Amino acid sequence: MSVLVFVEGLNGEIKKSSLEAASYGSQVAQQLGTTATAVAIGEVQEDALARLGEQGISRVLYDADSRLNQFVADAYVKVIAKAAQQENAKVLVFSNSNIGAAVGSKLAVRLNGALATNVTSLPKTDGGQFVVTRGVFSGKAFADVNLAADVKIIAVKKNAFEITQTAGNTATVEKLSAELSDADFAAAPKETVMQDTEGGVLLQEAEIVVSGGRGLKGPENWHLVEDLAKALGAATACSKPVSDLDWRPHHEHVGQTGITVSPNLYIAIGISGAIQHLAGVNSSKVIVVINKDPEAPFFKAADYGIVGDAFEIVPKLIEAAKALDK
Amino acid sequence: MKILVCISNVPDTTSKINFTADNKEFDKNGVQYVINPWDEYALTRAIELKEAKGGTVTVLNVGEADAEPNIRKALAIGADDAIRVNAKPVDAFFVAQQIAAVAKEGNYDMILMGKESIDYNGSQVHGMVGELLGIPSVVPAFKLDMVDDSTARLEREIEGGKEVVEVKLPFVASAQQPMSEPRIPNMRGIMTARTKPLAVKEPVGAEAKAEYVGYSKPEKKGGVKMIDPENAGELITLLRNEAKVL
Ligand SMILES: Cc1cc2nc3c(=O)[nH]c(=O)nc-3n(C[C@H](O)[C@H](O)[C@H](O)COP(=O)(O)OP(=O)(O)OC[C@H]3O[C@@H](n4cnc5c(N)ncnc54)[C@H](O)[C@@H]3O)c2cc1C
Ligand SMILES: Cc1cc2nc3c(=O)[nH]c(=O)nc-3n(C[C@H](O)[C@H](O)[C@H](O)COP(=O)(O)OP(=O)(O)OC[C@H]3O[C@@H](n4cnc5c(N)ncnc54)[C@H](O)[C@@H]3O)c2cc1C
Repeated sequence: MSVLVFVEGLNGEIKKSSLEAASYGSQVAQQLGTTATAVAIGEVQEDALARLGEQGISRVLYDADSRLNQFVADAYVKVIAKAAQQENAKVLVFSNSNIGAAVGSKLAVRLNGALATNVTSLPKTDGGQFVVTRGVFSGKAFADVNLAADVKIIAVKKNAFEITQTAGNTATVEKLSAELSDADFAAAPKETVMQDTEGGVLLQEAEIVVSGGRGLKGPENWHLVEDLAKALGAATACSKPVSDLDWRPHHEHVGQTGITVSPNLYIAIGISGAIQHLAGVNSSKVIVVINKDPEAPFFKAADYGIVGDAFEIVPKLIEAAKALDK
Repeated sequence: MKILVCISNVPDTTSKINFTADNKEFDKNGVQYVINPWDEYALTRAIELKEAKGGTVTVLNVGEADAEPNIRKALAIGADDAIRVNAKPVDAFFVAQQIAAVAKEGNYDMILMGKESIDYNGSQVHGMVGELLGIPSVVPAFKLDMVDDSTARLEREIEGGKEVVEVKLPFVASAQQPMSEPRIPNMRGIMTARTKPLAVKEPVGAEAKAEYVGYSKPEKKGGVKMIDPENAGELITLLRNEAKVL
């Protein structure tokens, strides 16, 4: 038996969230006295695959079928299921990404496994149980779940686990062929459109997020958010009314009905801090709130706060951020 | 076209979340339940498609009798009929098997869900149902249109972009903003909802695989440190030297 980690590639590299999953998977393997194998899909350079050894992965199985460079659920599931069978994997580890959740739930059915998504802890395995902690009620609580099946599938929450690094360790890379047929690609996308992030940072993978609300008055003022984000190497986000008003695109909207983020630092500018907004950002490690109203509810959830006019304060922050030595 | 919309019954987004004294169960005391917000996007889109192309919209909930007010609300918004599978929905796999059984029996062309149930944040029922039925599941989708009578065109979110997918009926999709603009039931809707059919079915035999054994709450924050707006740049120094996040 072994632990199998699914890693996603992007532009030749392995996604940060997948490196977190790999670190997690290696630790589970250690706990269970076995080894961790990775199965990689997507466009990744071979040396990037070998470097997974630094996260404690001993072998990497890679299916280089170029049709897998875009996400096709059926094909991905087939590749991972094949790897799981070959490795006799009893624990499968994913990142809780859109792709991870989509393939994890299909694999749970196919492998007759027990699935936990949004996982924030390593398993506790005393007494024959396999209990993991997962985030529930939109960040307002955690639940302990016993995965009661032979095969356990875990999708780990983004930015909840440190990437472990043992320099110099390399994994052996082996070819894997799941013998995919055209039928496996029947639901392949007609078109994939990537956002133009202009060299910026992807919101879901960002360690720092700068977010703007209705307090910024209009889209013409977004340079404040963008310039601060740029100076900090951050992604940009917004509150729901801001995207409803079309000041910003919908894929930037965070909260209960938007994207959930858990960066190391979340900076909220001109956002009141409604409970539905907090639901999407409350597991950020450090929260900064800038609001002209000292009674704004967001201050109760903040670690640092500044009461004042964003139009005066943000330029000062941009200046200070630019002055930081990297 | 026959559309099945699956709705979960969840604590209102403003609810305070508490657990019973031994932290073994969610404390329902004083909690208002609503239709899962993401499911409302699926429901309204289903009603819009029905209005444009004809057909029926059936809502399905796997849950106990206390979910019925929200099932009626979905009927008031514009669904034609409803099914409640009478069971305590204790895990996603159990729920998925119930939905798959209803879907199979009813021969639906489209099974729509929300992106995620805001109580247990699983994001997994849709994938499981698709797999159980052997049909595609397109998740999470934010646009859904019919190309012709047997093909739908969806746009789904991927990290950093979107994919345009065309699938043959039947399929499963989960909805998120801005698929539609959720509707508020009007007086006439509320009146007619009372007499629309709501069938109660017994569950099919199915096992749960995830056992919820206990709950906890995040640690309270240490309190907010306020920074003088005149000296706002100080924040950046603190974020680097004290919080160590820069
Ligand atoms: C079912 C449901 C789901 C929802 N989902 C979401 C969600 O996913 N995400 C989300 O964000 N919201 C969501 N909402 C909406 C939420 O309730 C709030 O209405 C919304 O978050 C408010 O956005 P805001 O803070 O940008 O605007 P406002 O509430 O209008 O706040 C603007 C803030 O800016 C401050 N301000 C004004 N001028 C300045 C200035 N010059 N300098 C500094 N500060 C200034 C004001 O003091 C105020 O606090 C949802 C609501 C419901 C009912
Ligand atoms: C310990 C525990 C206690 C629970 N107690 C209750 C309770 O008291 N009352 C109650 O109503 N539910 C209860 N539930 C069920 C819960 O609301 C969810 O329906 C179920 O857990 C699936 O959650 P998920 O986060 O995996 O769903 P997700 O995979 O995130 O859901 C995705 C979509 O699937 C559909 N869906 C999910 N659940 C249902 C459902 N039950 N019926 C129809 N469609 C659905 C919706 O369209 C939803 O948007 C409980 C669940 C657990 C684990």
